[in-house]
Amino acid sequence: MLKGKKVIALGERDGIQAGAIAACARAAGAEVILEKTYCFV
Amino acid sequence: MVVLLGTPTEDASRLYAMTVTTGDPSWAGALAGVALDLPVYHVTEETVKADIAPADYDEHLALMAMAMDVDAIGEAVRSVREAGSSSPVAPPGG
Repeated sequence: MLKGKKVIALGERDGIQAGAIAACARAAGAEVILEKTYCFV
Repeated sequence: MVVLLGTPTEDASRLYAMTVTTGDPSWAGALAGVALDLPVYHVTEETVKADIAPADYDEHLALMAMAMDVDAIGEAVRSVREAGSSSPVAPPGG
C-alpha cells in the first residue's frame, strides 16, 4: 500500500509526530514529499 | 499519493481527514471549500500497519498508539475516506 507512493505525513505534537510517520513510510518504500507536525497548545 | 495522519483523537482525526478530502469543515483555513479528495489513513490503521516492519512500528509508533483509541480513530478516518468528496461541506449560513 505504501511502496512507491508519495506520502504526506501530518503529525501532531500530542499524538504521533510527522518525523516518526515519515521514517516508517520511507522504510516501507514510500517517498515522503511533505512532513509537518502541528501543535495546538 | 497518500496522506498519513498521526492525530491523537477521534475528533482531530476526522477534522484532518475531512480537510484533505472534502475541504476544511471549520471553513476557516485556506482549504475551505477545496475538495482535494486525497486518500487519507491514520498511521495506526491495520492497512498501513501491515506495510510497516514490526521493528519500525515498535520504534516509532507503538508507544503513542498505546495511548490512543486506535479503533475509534481508524473508524473515523475510514468513514471520511470512503465517503470521499461526494458529500462536500456547505459554507456556514449557506
